[in-house]
Amino acid sequence: MSVAPNVSNQVAAPSVWSRASVLHWFRTQLFSSPLNTLLTLLTIWLLLATVPAMVDWFVLNSTVTASSAQECRKVTGACWSVIVEKHRLILFGVYPYEEQWRPLLATLLLVGVVLLSGVRRFWNRSLLLFWALALAGAAVLMWGGVFGLAYVENSRWGGLPLTLMLSTFGIAFAFPLGIVLALGRRSKMPAIKTICVVYIELIRGVPLISLLFMSAVMLPLFLPEGLTVDKLLRAQVAIILFAAAYMAETIRGGLQAIPKGQYEGGDSLGLTYWQQTRLIVLPQALKIVIPPLVGLFIALFKDTSLVVVIGIFDLTQAAKAALVDQTWRGFSIEIYVFISAIYFVFCYSMSKYSQSLEKRLATEHQR
Amino acid sequence: MMNPKMSVAAQPPKKRLSWNNPEVRAIVYQVLAVALVGGIGWYMVHNTLHNLSVRNITTGFSFLTREAGFAIGESLVSYTPADTYQRAITVGVLNTLRVASLGILFATILGTIIGIARLSKNWLIRKLSSVYVEVMRNIPLLLQLFFWYAIIIETLPGPRRAYHPIPGVFVSNRGIQMPSIQGDGLSWLLWGVLLAVGLSFLLSKWARHRQEQTGQIFALWRSVLGLVLLVPALVWWVSGEPLSLNVPTLKGFNFSGGMTLSPEFAALLFGLVIYTSAFIAEVVRSGIQSVNRGQWEAAGALGIKNSLVLRLVVLPQALRVIIPPMTSQYLNITKNSSLAVAIGYPDLVSVINTTLNQTGQAIEGILMIMAAYLTVSLSISLFMNWYNKRIALVER
Repeated sequence: MSVAPNVSNQVAAPSVWSRASVLHWFRTQLFSSPLNTLLTLLTIWLLLATVPAMVDWFVLNSTVTASSAQECRKVTGACWSVIVEKHRLILFGVYPYEEQWRPLLATLLLVGVVLLSGVRRFWNRSLLLFWALALAGAAVLMWGGVFGLAYVENSRWGGLPLTLMLSTFGIAFAFPLGIVLALGRRSKMPAIKTICVVYIELIRGVPLISLLFMSAVMLPLFLPEGLTVDKLLRAQVAIILFAAAYMAETIRGGLQAIPKGQYEGGDSLGLTYWQQTRLIVLPQALKIVIPPLVGLFIALFKDTSLVVVIGIFDLTQAAKAALVDQTWRGFSIEIYVFISAIYFVFCYSMSKYSQSLEKRLATEHQR
Repeated sequence: MMNPKMSVAAQPPKKRLSWNNPEVRAIVYQVLAVALVGGIGWYMVHNTLHNLSVRNITTGFSFLTREAGFAIGESLVSYTPADTYQRAITVGVLNTLRVASLGILFATILGTIIGIARLSKNWLIRKLSSVYVEVMRNIPLLLQLFFWYAIIIETLPGPRRAYHPIPGVFVSNRGIQMPSIQGDGLSWLLWGVLLAVGLSFLLSKWARHRQEQTGQIFALWRSVLGLVLLVPALVWWVSGEPLSLNVPTLKGFNFSGGMTLSPEFAALLFGLVIYTSAFIAEVVRSGIQSVNRGQWEAAGALGIKNSLVLRLVVLPQALRVIIPPMTSQYLNITKNSSLAVAIGYPDLVSVINTTLNQTGQAIEGILMIMAAYLTVSLSISLFMNWYNKRIALVER
């Protein structure tokens, strides 16, 4: 297949659907050369072979109303009844059933603050306040014990709110740590630089799973006798430490992009290092790295699924728990598709947002 | 932090021990930082030693020579439960390397094809590859692994009714069975491959030298392909050793003979390749797009063939953009292969996990996992840095 040298000559679908333009579009886009014609025909054949079967499975032959697994086995398509039956378990885990409005509210709160962070009007100090409020609010809602809410211990938390909490708390706490590490790595003081480089490279060189195992089996040994930290908090610490190393490298990229003149300007004004960093360098550097930070958040959101290996009840683990039920055995594909769709909606919308942001910020730079 | 430029004018020639002296401040800060890190480290070691002595756990790697006592599903070297932990961990390392290297190979091929397809002039192919990339990279790898594993285990038929797409290949819920080559001639075949690689290397050097001297282009790729196909066959034929094809056959309820890709291995490899190829496709696409349109036009104006433009003009420039992010994708495959533990493929992490559950040697186990991944990560990045330097732009 031939490669278009640049995007610019990839003609978009015609805006006016006249007969000639449609024909022209077909000729240039699908049948421009013998090879392209062959590829088009092959692709159409492939689509005809797979898409109808998938539509059958997903929609036409599927059932939503079946009341038991026996009924479900009679249909050839997907059995979405299992989702209807299990959605509370998948979304909220084993949180007390009557109290499940609380994780729902916490989820909305966390999604809300993530959405708010996307609005440029809030890209200032008020965002810090919003994040603090949302994280605190989510924690209060989940734990309870105050304001007349019943206390729910965190071993009963699960599902979507847990996945969201692990990733939002992870990114929120990793952010300041990442800034410090990035600044440390660019420091001229050899000892501080070495400490930061060793930390960043060590964490980035090992898989998250090994850090989670470490949090599960090694962290209790590090702490003084008698002091125990629960499993969820330990996993959260591992995720924060992991994210901070990647965050540091992303922010370092932004710091490197700041022209030297900015530092010199700060110097000539007689600003101290911290004033210079806080007032001149970081505001510019952080703005550059917003798109990669969104990418990092997407990666972290997906990576929180790894807590499955140490038995924490996140969205993925909730799916596995829903599969265990004997009466609804054998519908794992449906459940995995459902969970995948949830992850996809979150990640895809964030990545689209990051792409549009990148485009907008890029045009600003050209001025 | 100190600011040398600022202090040049202000600093008196005599150095004073004052807080206003940036050098003094720098030393104080560094001493404090080292003391803090050292203190935390000492505190943790102290606690750990205390906790270990309370729990009666002896530290050290002496457990490695004890009998492992657990079976491992698949192994590249012979292994029985009577072997030592050391042997078991070696099996784990080999399994990790096997899935990571195959994953890197296939993800690179698939990712490059899809990355180029995203720039195709063909609308259908462009859109399809976009959909592939967006779907695959926005679903967690772990979920994809579960998904593939469930498909293999639950929806594929049993061995008796296995799919049989090509003679000798069986796809069932026991994995994929394929014919394998065996016999004494196999080692000769491998020597032949080595010889062919060596010859190709010499040939490429000679061809480049000749092109620089005379300008004549030697059909290198065709010759290398010929060498790699012919030399091993020739070496094997000269050696006269036997070589036979071991075709899997259905015996009772399972297959015997041939080569087996277990469901765990197949699901892991599938998941890794499909997930990572979506990222590699983006890397390749942005690399090709980074090459200025003028480069294509200039090459066209010189009358270079379209296929040669890609190879001689565009790719060398695109590779400079592609290599660094590609390296991190390779590192990701290696690290992500540790997700094997979730579907039961006996990789390094899963073997060590079993080991530390049996022996209680948590610290040693985790340290070994980290050391192993750090070694692999650092060597891949060293190699890629070397390669990156080799193809970097040579400026005047």
